[in-house]
Amino acid sequence: MNIVVCVKHVPDTASRIRIGANGTSIDTSDISFVLNPYDEIAVEESLKLKEAQGGNVTVLTLGGENASSSLRTALAMGADEAIHIKAENWQGDSYATAKNIANEIQKLPFDLILFGKQAVDDDNLAVPQMVAEFLGIPSVTVVVSLEINGNTGKAEREIEGGKEVVEFSLPVAIAAQKGLNEPRYPSMKGIMTAKRKTITTIEATQFEAKAKIVKMEIPASRSTGKILGGVSELIGSLKNEAKVI
Amino acid sequence: MQNFIGVDYFDFDSLLNEEEILVRNSVRDFVSENLIPVIEKHYEEATFPNYLIPKLAELGIFGANLPEKYGCANLNNVAYGLIMQELERGDSGIRSFASVQGALVMYPIFTYGSEEQKDYWLPLLASGKKIGCFGLTEPDFGSNPGGMITRAVKDGNSYVLNGAKMWITNGTVADVAVVWAKLDGVVKGFLVEKGTPGFSAPETKGKFSLRASVTSELIFQDVRIPLENLLPKADGLAGPLGCLNQARYGIAWGVIGSMLACYDSALNYSKTRIQFDKPIASFQIIQDKLAKMLTEIVKAQFMTLQLGRLKDAGKLRHQQVSLAKRNNCREALEIARAARDIHGANGIANEYPVMRHMCNLESVKTYEGTEDIHALIIGADITGIQAFR
Repeated sequence: MNIVVCVKHVPDTASRIRIGANGTSIDTSDISFVLNPYDEIAVEESLKLKEAQGGNVTVLTLGGENASSSLRTALAMGADEAIHIKAENWQGDSYATAKNIANEIQKLPFDLILFGKQAVDDDNLAVPQMVAEFLGIPSVTVVVSLEINGNTGKAEREIEGGKEVVEFSLPVAIAAQKGLNEPRYPSMKGIMTAKRKTITTIEATQFEAKAKIVKMEIPASRSTGKILGGVSELIGSLKNEAKVI
Repeated sequence: MQNFIGVDYFDFDSLLNEEEILVRNSVRDFVSENLIPVIEKHYEEATFPNYLIPKLAELGIFGANLPEKYGCANLNNVAYGLIMQELERGDSGIRSFASVQGALVMYPIFTYGSEEQKDYWLPLLASGKKIGCFGLTEPDFGSNPGGMITRAVKDGNSYVLNGAKMWITNGTVADVAVVWAKLDGVVKGFLVEKGTPGFSAPETKGKFSLRASVTSELIFQDVRIPLENLLPKADGLAGPLGCLNQARYGIAWGVIGSMLACYDSALNYSKTRIQFDKPIASFQIIQDKLAKMLTEIVKAQFMTLQLGRLKDAGKLRHQQVSLAKRNNCREALEIARAARDIHGANGIANEYPVMRHMCNLESVKTYEGTEDIHALIIGADITGIQAFR
């Protein structure tokens, strides 16, 4: 089975985010970047499938020079090869990103395309479905359980208040949700082996974006909490301040 | 859990290569998710988290700087040091476990062992299927190991060992002990397997330090081992001291992990603890303590990185390791104490890691050469006069 895993290099969620001087992007100095946590789950799923059924795992990203370190992480986890669609200071939207990814995947043999269900930086939840659409294949998102048998498969996905079971034929695009698996840590041996694996680099195409960020804002800081002296004070507060009872 | 970011005040990361950063981050995440959530319980109960051994082995922690043919990762010494740093950010006891397995058991077998010993033991130790310990220190010979009483005598096709070792990490749980004993007056290394008649390893109880690590006594009463259990290439005290040099190198890195944990905890605590209607971080006396802690961390990072680069270049002198081990342990302990202070009464509770690190560091400062002995090693080097002979 030929598996392509699409990943994104995103700011570590522990980083303190500041808005850049242009007001439409974040200041990336002093921020450490990591492989998007949902994409780690996608990589893990590809490795489990490969270990169980054989095949080849190609990991693909669109991003600046530094994004190669997320590819290296995926290679250290066990992916076989990597493609880096290079886009320094990428201003494209989900459409332009998906179009680049779909064009690249089209050149490869693929049975399964795995994604994280969203990138934790811009939270658009759009690229997996768009890539599937461009390639004319089914997509299943928010997947918490996945089975592949030959040319067909079954996935369980989370829906509001429950689960949905979906059957599909391959090739398919799957977007992974937390709970699908526990991603492995890159092992010391894996890290050394990854050094010898190749990353193919190509330049991104500047498709015209369909959406444009006009402004970014840091959420207002939360006001400090209040410690109440007892139940009567709590009831008083709920009545007079929160006005909920 | 919130990812741990560490300290990078002087763009230290720019001096690391991609593999070194990946190694550090992988072990860092492992420690945050697998060790830190359980360590306080193990420390309190004085137990080692045994279930982490297969996971540590799978990650490739044991003997990570040894060759691939034995199932190891062949990392450079800087990456190896960063592993030690990250493990010790969790707990010195877990770092000690990995140090002993890698630097004090796998390293001597790799360096002084026969091909058969290497082929048999190294893959088993790398995969965590077998645990090792290192027996040098004796009840009456700590800083002066050359005076050891433990003896081996050749008798037919075996050696017979008699004597006792003390303060041996992993002793009770070890499948194999690398034991140093005098054979015809010369220090030699022997592999003694668990269960050999006459060999016992009772656990040392009542420790206030390294509580999440097993410490033991090794007792040898007419222990008969086959001739092929001698490490053929070790001759004299240089054998065990060569191992200690590896372990001390790992400690120099390891305690930076304790520094990072204590500093991180103190910094966060000082920003959220309100006294006199403002965070205690707004008081100059607290800021002075934090600035001192940060300064020592930055100094230790750069010194120890250069130590690793020298080791990788084959230019490392053991006196340099003594200097780094001595400095970093002392400063780590000072940082832990300052962090304990900043936490006030909360600093003594296991809700925060600082008192645990502080207690651990008393051992780390002492084992593998005390602060004073390392001063004398440096003193002998710069004056040409040995104070302890």
